[in-house]
Amino acid sequence: MSTPCLEIESLSATLANGVRVLRSVSLTVEPGEVRALVGESGAGKSMIGKAVLGVLPPSIRVVEGRITLEGTDLGNLSPRASRALIGARTALIPQDPLTALNPSRRIGPQMTDRLVRILGWDSAKADRRIRKLLDDVRIREPDRVLRCYPHELSGGMRQRVLIAAAFAAEPRLIVADEPTTALDVTVQKQILRLIAELQREHGTAILFVTHDLGVVAKISQKVTVLYAGKVVEQADTAALFAAPQHAYTRALMAATPRYTDPMASLRPVDEAVLAGLSAEIATADRNWKPNTKGSGHD
Amino acid sequence: MILQRTLTRLLTMIATLFGVAVVVFVVIRIAPGDPIAMMLPPGASQADIDRLRALYGLDKSLIEQFVIWLSGVVHGDFGTSISLRQNVLGLVLGRLPATLELSIFALLIALAIGLPLAVLGARERGTAVEAGIDVANGVALSIPDFLWGLVLILLFGVLMPVFEISGRVSPQLDLPFTTNFYLFESIVRLRFDLTANLLGHMFMPALALALPLAAIIAQLLKQSLKELLTLDYMVLARVKGFSETQVILREGLKNAALPTLTLVGVQFTFLIGGTVIVERLFSYEGLGNMAIDAVVNRDLPLIQGIVLVFALLFVVINLAVDMAYALLNPRLRHG
Ligand SMILES: Nc1ncnc2c1ncn2[C@@H]1O[C@H](COP(=O)(O)OP(=O)(O)OP(=O)(O)O)[C@@H](O)[C@H]1O
Ligand SMILES: [Mg+2]
Repeated sequence: MSTPCLEIESLSATLANGVRVLRSVSLTVEPGEVRALVGESGAGKSMIGKAVLGVLPPSIRVVEGRITLEGTDLGNLSPRASRALIGARTALIPQDPLTALNPSRRIGPQMTDRLVRILGWDSAKADRRIRKLLDDVRIREPDRVLRCYPHELSGGMRQRVLIAAAFAAEPRLIVADEPTTALDVTVQKQILRLIAELQREHGTAILFVTHDLGVVAKISQKVTVLYAGKVVEQADTAALFAAPQHAYTRALMAATPRYTDPMASLRPVDEAVLAGLSAEIATADRNWKPNTKGSGHD
Repeated sequence: MILQRTLTRLLTMIATLFGVAVVVFVVIRIAPGDPIAMMLPPGASQADIDRLRALYGLDKSLIEQFVIWLSGVVHGDFGTSISLRQNVLGLVLGRLPATLELSIFALLIALAIGLPLAVLGARERGTAVEAGIDVANGVALSIPDFLWGLVLILLFGVLMPVFEISGRVSPQLDLPFTTNFYLFESIVRLRFDLTANLLGHMFMPALALALPLAAIIAQLLKQSLKELLTLDYMVLARVKGFSETQVILREGLKNAALPTLTLVGVQFTFLIGGTVIVERLFSYEGLGNMAIDAVVNRDLPLIQGIVLVFALLFVVINLAVDMAYALLNPRLRHG
């Protein structure tokens, strides 16, 4: 077996007051594969993404577990070295394109700064690369867009820019944190298609955070279902949709809208299932002790 | 649109200056103390007093006096100083460069102290380093500039005499200057010996003026930086591989500077106001020092001239801040 692109082993994190937000999460992303991370709001999906990218807020403490990026345990690196590695090997497609670009800097430098400043490319090469990717995300007037300030672009355009920037440095792993949630429905579809297309072309592994099972089905090969910071089920996407094993997964599917049954979206996840899960988690929390020191990087 | 905005702005400025002129003119005439009585020896005859009063126009009604003075000002004639018997405009313009150099040097010192502290404090947020910076800021802020002046005189003038504590430049020096911008001219003429001497005199009063402002800059900028640091584009910059300091400098500083800028502008005008006492303390021959003499001598035309020039300075600084704000903010620039 090849080295996984990303391996998370038994990752637990708590808030400052000791409340657990991640409960011994383990998951693997193989090279070139898209793994969806699905769960309802507050499940801890973004937290996992931030832990991988080393940008957890200071109020969150990693109390156990290990994150390995292409065979390198990030916990063994100095903060500086881990940031350099993350900068070189990963990228983030953020949730909200409106806030993910610096309002006072032009698009061009915001797209090339990683290539030039971190990866040491010369600026002509970085510029060519960015233009190629802008073309890939169907931006037709690169000259104009590169000179724009973020507020001069629509949300969809900004997300294209962010996607192009994410793929530009040829990262091995991209964390996409609900990259379509902030956009309107028609734009969502285009953006999703673009990400899928670029992913295939570049063979980039993606940890794709979403709460939308429809998106899971479209884009991923593997899926991890998260509830209250705990992994309840992991499977091949096709297998999961064919035969969901866990009651929570089934309940989540039942609550997902279909064109044939639009009212289903208004149906909440079954109370009994949630009560059972919560009881299970409460018992587990009582018996839980972190077995290793936190993986250390911030 | 732009023309209209500029015009409004200009009218506001003129109205402000006019308001200042009215207030000063009235207040110094209501305040007790007779300038004429102070000029004449005791026991001067009433006829002498009246003659002098008429000479300076003080026998006319308040409104008449004001109109005469204002029409003079509009034509560039600020009247004649009662105590120094010289043209007010000439006196004021002669001293203004000294005060401007002092204030700008103080502003630079405040920025040189405040900016790095803000960046350091934001980077080390939540640590003992930040707490230390907060304490230092608190101390710097709660001691006013003239007390800082006294402290500095004690420290570096008396205990460890490193800097000059009096005057603008050593009196025995030959000055080749054609303007009163000594510091600026010494640099342009590459007379760095004189630059050093001027800076040696200017350093302590400038530092005294700068410390409270440095604390304000450090505190405000640190606060805005900390608020920005959790934003998505900051997180994205960290993911790109930039170090925390780089993130702050590249992505944060410009955006954090916007809210800080306006307040620094206001505080800078306070700093200039502070030169009045601090210049006196260090016997620095600037406008502020002259203002105190003018008040002591009830030199009405001179007080009016000085206050008007200070007011003009404040108005211009406010304008400069607004322009800098618009320049830094791409949304305003295009909208
Ligand atoms: N900075 C923070 N400080 C304290 N608690 C936090 C912080 N950020 C998130 N949390 C808590 O951690 C839990 C997980 O949050 P997370 O953002 O990972 O959820 P999510 O699954 O991404 O949800 P969403 O779909 O709404 O984005 C939530 O209960 C949330 O309230
Ligand atoms: Mg989230």
